[in-house]
Amino acid sequence: MKRIGPFIVERRLAPPRHVVFGVSVLAVVVALLLAALVFWAYGVSPWRAYAEIGRGTLGTVDGLSDIVRRAIPLILCGVGLTLAFRAQFWNIGAEGQLLAGAVAASGVALFVPVPDGLRLPLMFLAGFGAGALWAVIPALLRVKLQVNEVISTLMMNYIMAYIVEWLVHGPWKGPTMRGFAYTDMFPTAARLPLIAGTRVHWPTLGVGVVAALVVGLILSRTRLGYEVRVVGQSPDAARYAGISFTVVLSLAMVISGGLAALAGVGEVAGIHWRLRSPSHISMGYGYTAIIVAWLARGSPIAAILTALLFGLIFAAGDLMKTTLGLPFQITGVFNGLILFSLISSDLLMYWRIRWRRRGEAWT
Amino acid sequence: MRADAGTGRPDRRPDSPPLVRLEEVTKSFPGVVANDRVTFDVRPGEVHALLGENGAGKTTLVNVLYGLYRPDSGFVLVRGRRVTIRSPREAIALGIGMVHQHFKLVLPHTVAENAALGLKGTPFWAPARGVGRRLRELSERYGLPVDPDRRVWELSAGEQQRVEILKALLRGAEVLILDEPTSVLTPQETGELFKVLSRMREEGHGVIFISHKLTEVLEVADRITVMRRGRVVGTVAAAGADKPMLARMMVGREVVFRLTKRACTPGDAALNVEGIHVRNDRGLPAVRGVSFSVCRGEIFGIAGVAGNGQRELVEALAGLRRIERGRVCILGDDVTNRSPRLLSDIGVAHVPEERIRMGIVPGLSVEENLILKRHHRPPFCRAGLLHPASVRRFAQTAIEEHGIVTSNPKTPAKLLSGGNIQKLILARELSGQPALVLAAHPTYGLDVGATEQIRELLLRQREAGAGVLLVSEDLEEVMELADRIAVMFRGEITGVVSAGEAKREEIGMMMAGEERVRG
Repeated sequence: MKRIGPFIVERRLAPPRHVVFGVSVLAVVVALLLAALVFWAYGVSPWRAYAEIGRGTLGTVDGLSDIVRRAIPLILCGVGLTLAFRAQFWNIGAEGQLLAGAVAASGVALFVPVPDGLRLPLMFLAGFGAGALWAVIPALLRVKLQVNEVISTLMMNYIMAYIVEWLVHGPWKGPTMRGFAYTDMFPTAARLPLIAGTRVHWPTLGVGVVAALVVGLILSRTRLGYEVRVVGQSPDAARYAGISFTVVLSLAMVISGGLAALAGVGEVAGIHWRLRSPSHISMGYGYTAIIVAWLARGSPIAAILTALLFGLIFAAGDLMKTTLGLPFQITGVFNGLILFSLISSDLLMYWRIRWRRRGEAWT
Repeated sequence: MRADAGTGRPDRRPDSPPLVRLEEVTKSFPGVVANDRVTFDVRPGEVHALLGENGAGKTTLVNVLYGLYRPDSGFVLVRGRRVTIRSPREAIALGIGMVHQHFKLVLPHTVAENAALGLKGTPFWAPARGVGRRLRELSERYGLPVDPDRRVWELSAGEQQRVEILKALLRGAEVLILDEPTSVLTPQETGELFKVLSRMREEGHGVIFISHKLTEVLEVADRITVMRRGRVVGTVAAAGADKPMLARMMVGREVVFRLTKRACTPGDAALNVEGIHVRNDRGLPAVRGVSFSVCRGEIFGIAGVAGNGQRELVEALAGLRRIERGRVCILGDDVTNRSPRLLSDIGVAHVPEERIRMGIVPGLSVEENLILKRHHRPPFCRAGLLHPASVRRFAQTAIEEHGIVTSNPKTPAKLLSGGNIQKLILARELSGQPALVLAAHPTYGLDVGATEQIRELLLRQREAGAGVLLVSEDLEEVMELADRIAVMFRGEITGVVSAGEAKREEIGMMMAGEERVRG
């Protein structure tokens, strides 16, 4: 217990649920206030900016559909990351895993002869496999050789981005694309259906929601989930209990990377209908998903909601570019501010601050 | 040496005013009143013991005296004058010295350099010069042999403690506070410490001796003040006190000292260890060619000062540390370097030394912690799916049977008290009738009630036919529970004695590295 001015600060070992929720909301609000300063510095009235954003995103069908479209890859990547983070495996590689899925799906779409009806399922399957494979490498490196996964997963993002670049400039460059760095367009059977009048590729959305429920069940109701939580919270106890780190971390990363890869499948099959430069396919969804998972505090169900919030921020970025003349990079500033205030808000969760009662002793 | 007023040393007439007196001191922390209107004093020429269980508020009280905490109410008198002590520096200036339970020494420096650190009047150049001579004087006067030029890391725990005492004396301490000073000592070293304390008493110092061990307190103190839950239960003269009386004051009820240890015929070997070698975390040999066996229905105790390879031995037997050489058989099967899971599956229970870091997963609930190690087997898990109803049922039985105090089975384990965490671990490890129990310091730091209960559990395992390997620093515990006692020193077993013929002195000699001559 410490006294700071008129306040008493006390340690809180296990913050109750409503505190976690309240503090998280507070963090987002603080970030929005800080962002208001950025608008103001650009010479745009924060009031006008937020009003425009509210009207343009939440107020129209187009706006809403844009939020959902952006949220789909964030849900898939974010849900996968909650699982990895619960094992305290800091997977920074969702971006690369997403691209791995895009590559595998494009390969199946363009070059594998299968009946039309099986093409999309096979694309999802191949995508999941590719992401899982790409993600399991850092897990094994960590268990077998003690390679820090933050470094390895981050570096593997660059490797995968350059593989995509190489493919679209080289072997997979579409002959019909007149020299542009695209593959050919996917055949119709390799394109995902959209909700009429929108750009929401609903099968991927469905997969994302189901994935959140399944990962939630895995965490709470299965042996794997139990072991993930033990490994994450107390590696020594995990060793003591004879839990295999190789098995647990590999499986967690297979699921985490596989789900991120499904996001990549959705982007190429639902939006672009071809493989193209990595910065166009992803816009940094894999990185933003880290904040999505963090804000969800490791709950895959909550990740759906936080993904929608960040979908809104992405949609707002588009809007600010067209209506307010602000650069799209403002979304990056938003994301940064939210992550920043979230991480600082952890202090508030684990420390209780209250007014000093009259006559209460000091320490 | 005769105390005489001319040297400015306090005289030691029994009616002389106390050197220090804490008057009605109250100190609270969130959710707990650590000291509740405590009054306590030390007169010149006496050893005043402060006795109580862990968490009774002993350390808090002396921290108030040493300037580490300020009381919420009440005050401190030094030689009859009311003072405010804001820091240890001010406490030292008032003639109060403290030897903490964990020493505050700079290991790579020499004894003299450590003594000079922060000492008034220490020159900038060659700070340790001159201190050596004064240290030698004090060493001789109080019977505290230490070479001022030795480096502290070379010294044993007992010698380091002497350095701490010398440091306090060098700073002119008239009142010396010793916080659990015997916890790191062998019985011989304890004896030597007690001689030093009588010298200090003769020299007119006042000593505050904190302990939870009744025997020691009765041996060394003049007066004994017993604390329980932040309050003083009473102050008695040591001459008129005995163990049952003190125990009753400490715990607040009658304590049975003799555990009922039923006769047990040892059966087949539960554990055979043949010449194993194990390294510590730094890669240095920690266990060097240790052999012994534990039978079913027997408690095999391992005594020794901590850090002599006990931890590495237990971890190796639990499958957590590689065995470099040698062989381990459990129930006749060679299980050298097999996985912790296999060992657990064939019936090895392990009560680990680091109960919070290893024994539980702090963030998981009590019921989830209770199935750790068996979470992968029916009835808790079928085809990879957990079975919450079975988990809940098992948890409820375990909580009831072992009296684990928790608001409900879903409470995170980290919110439990130390004793309840240990009960949780034992409930888990001892369910399903293990063949071999590895218990490392099972009662360390627990209160008397929990200690009793846990010792009882270990005896019950022995009766049920399990082999129990008990590692403990508490010699009395080992002598009371074990059928045979081995002593470890520098990674080797220096001797094995049967509990019936074991003598404290003999075991003490072995703890200090003396080989047992006979047998």
